[in-house]
Amino acid sequence: MKVMTMVNAINDALDVKLSEDQRIVVYGEDVGVEGGVFRVTEGLQQKYGAERVFDSPLAESGIVGTAVGMAIAGLRPVVEMQFCGFIYPAMNQLISHVTRMHNRSRGKYRVPMVIRMPYGGGINALEHHSESMEALFGHIPGLKVVVPSTPYDAKGLLISAIESDDPILFMEPKRIYRAIKQEVDEGRYALPLGKAKVVQEGTDVTVVAFGAMVREVQKAAELAKERGVSMEIIDLRSIYPIDRETIVNSVKKTSRIMTVSEGPSSFGIGAEISQIVLEDAFLYLDAPPTRVAGFDTIVPLPRGEHHYMQSPLKILYEVEQIVNY
Amino acid sequence: MFEENHKTYFETITVLDQDGAIVNESLMPDISDTDLLKAYKELLFARTADLQIVSYQRQGRIYTYPPNFGQEAVSGAAGVVMTDHDWLVPAFREMSAMLAKGVTLKEYFLFFMGYEDGSNFKNASRVLPISVPIASQLLHAAGIGYALRYQKEPGVVFTYVGDGGTSEGDFHEALNFAGVWKAPVVFTIQNNQYAISTSTRLQTASDSLAVKAMAYGIRVERVDGNDFLAMLKAYQEAVKCCNEHNGPVLIDAVTYRRGAHTTSDDPSRYRTKEEEDAWALKDPLRRLNLYLTAKGLWNDALEEETVIRFKGEIDAIFAEAETYDAYPKEDVFKYMYVEKPDELARQEQHYDAFLKWKEANESTINMSHS
Ligand SMILES: Cc1ncc(C[n+]2csc(CCOP(=O)(O)OP(=O)(O)O)c2C)c(N)n1
Ligand SMILES: [Mg+2]
Repeated sequence: MKVMTMVNAINDALDVKLSEDQRIVVYGEDVGVEGGVFRVTEGLQQKYGAERVFDSPLAESGIVGTAVGMAIAGLRPVVEMQFCGFIYPAMNQLISHVTRMHNRSRGKYRVPMVIRMPYGGGINALEHHSESMEALFGHIPGLKVVVPSTPYDAKGLLISAIESDDPILFMEPKRIYRAIKQEVDEGRYALPLGKAKVVQEGTDVTVVAFGAMVREVQKAAELAKERGVSMEIIDLRSIYPIDRETIVNSVKKTSRIMTVSEGPSSFGIGAEISQIVLEDAFLYLDAPPTRVAGFDTIVPLPRGEHHYMQSPLKILYEVEQIVNY
Repeated sequence: MFEENHKTYFETITVLDQDGAIVNESLMPDISDTDLLKAYKELLFARTADLQIVSYQRQGRIYTYPPNFGQEAVSGAAGVVMTDHDWLVPAFREMSAMLAKGVTLKEYFLFFMGYEDGSNFKNASRVLPISVPIASQLLHAAGIGYALRYQKEPGVVFTYVGDGGTSEGDFHEALNFAGVWKAPVVFTIQNNQYAISTSTRLQTASDSLAVKAMAYGIRVERVDGNDFLAMLKAYQEAVKCCNEHNGPVLIDAVTYRRGAHTTSDDPSRYRTKEEEDAWALKDPLRRLNLYLTAKGLWNDALEEETVIRFKGEIDAIFAEAETYDAYPKEDVFKYMYVEKPDELARQEQHYDAFLKWKEANESTINMSHS
């Protein structure tokens, strides 16, 4: 056991896999010499050499497209998009090839690759550095989308992602890259993909969140407790596939469902989850599903970002609405 | 200049050497001593402001900032050449050109202080906001160039990208489109040797970035970007070239980012002190200073006095920017669409209801948890 931040834990996962699997290569903008702008790949080039861990030219389509070729030809690339806001030049590769090659070739070609990508707001960043576009990616058939909320989960989920034969988008909540320290097992361990986790049991309302929002929900739960409301918190951990069973079982107990996410509200994760609940637990509901999500707007620059971001108070407000419905 | 000649792909044009001596009389730009002195002061103003911003950032008074330090001559020379007809489509290290176009320093501050209002240039037209997604803005420049020609308007488009940006597909598409359309666009590569930590050596296997123009049938010059006179000459010729409908052109401006990539970057992780010191000797302001001093137009006392005066002016503008209004909630929603959708209006009302609830309940909530 070792106390780690999420940055340390992801670095450790990469280290563990690089050391045991020669097929793995790690590349992207500034991941080599510098070890990534967030230092997630720090020390890996020194340890594994520039043939396995390297700086690529500045081109996201290039990074993702070449990874497809590598993966088809026997390697297992783990590439980095420097920020979620800069993956867009690679969308063509992601949608047209990464997620289609296996189906297109009727299983002949697999694309075992991982795209790591920091996402999310709350860090007072310039434009394009704060968005949370998980719904966009969850909507791409053929892609699995994973989001950890703790250092321990980050390591175990990334190891599973690297070991998976499907392409995976691994979204890293940069706001809590260093905010949470936790004991993390050394060596290899894997957590199942597609399984949510009940972070806190409760009786009055089920609140589903992921990434940096889990912590905000936990804070809100403390406030709610003082007001006599018991929240059950589910950390989704996987956007796609989504863990229907864990959500539905919880709602059958609490009779209320609320989601918290950073991305724009329309067509977002909240909509997907409420549909699942309506399909599988309709008769258990005491109130309509509620979502706390971003507005259908661009994330404002830092001075306006507080309007947009989810906060324990915003969550508490919605909790009060739903329990008093 | 900008002749169809393969020499332009690899040879770097210098007019003023690093000791402040003219080494290529035939390429002296057309500028009077008075205007040159004025241009120097503008560079000095931009540099002083740039260095001040870095210090404000260290004091926690402004957010992440990408310094221009060492690259001022590149966009500064364009600032001298641009007219009201011309467009400026910047990346994010073109403070000098933006100020020359009429963007106020206060607006420039506001942007990096986290206000979109800093991109609504009240007194400047034909300047696009700072563009962060690398190389994406170059295509807008090509489109504007087409629109100018289509509408039979005078003017050329000045646009910028970094050395790293030449690896993006958008760079190649923009050059290709502009080439096919013969659009009046002056593309400048701020070839400052690094893309964050990644050296230009890792961006391309070719020996120069200028040579990329060949593939798109575009005329090019490789220019010492730390030589204000060479840059000025290049821009004067580039505009001529565009206006004679030979445009677009590419300028590979060889320079050096003396500062950090942004205030969150630590260059000592990827480059040496020796390298930084060597480039410091080629600094664009130092060179022009030596030249003007030798001509008797400038001296150390004037320099000192001017910098002190500029600092005072800049600090005053910054202090004013710091009193800028709180960010109105309405502004989050107001500009997303020309016609606001009902759904967005509903979200805004919902947020209003929350704010009301918050005001009524805040005092009863123990915020020690959050
Ligand atoms: C499409 C895109 N990818 C990644 C980034 C993150 N990023 C910001 S600046 C930068 C390096 C840019 O290097 P260069 O083009 O040489 O310009 P310079 O910063 O040196 O002026 C990177 C990778 C971005 N802004 N946009
Ligand atoms: Mg550069």
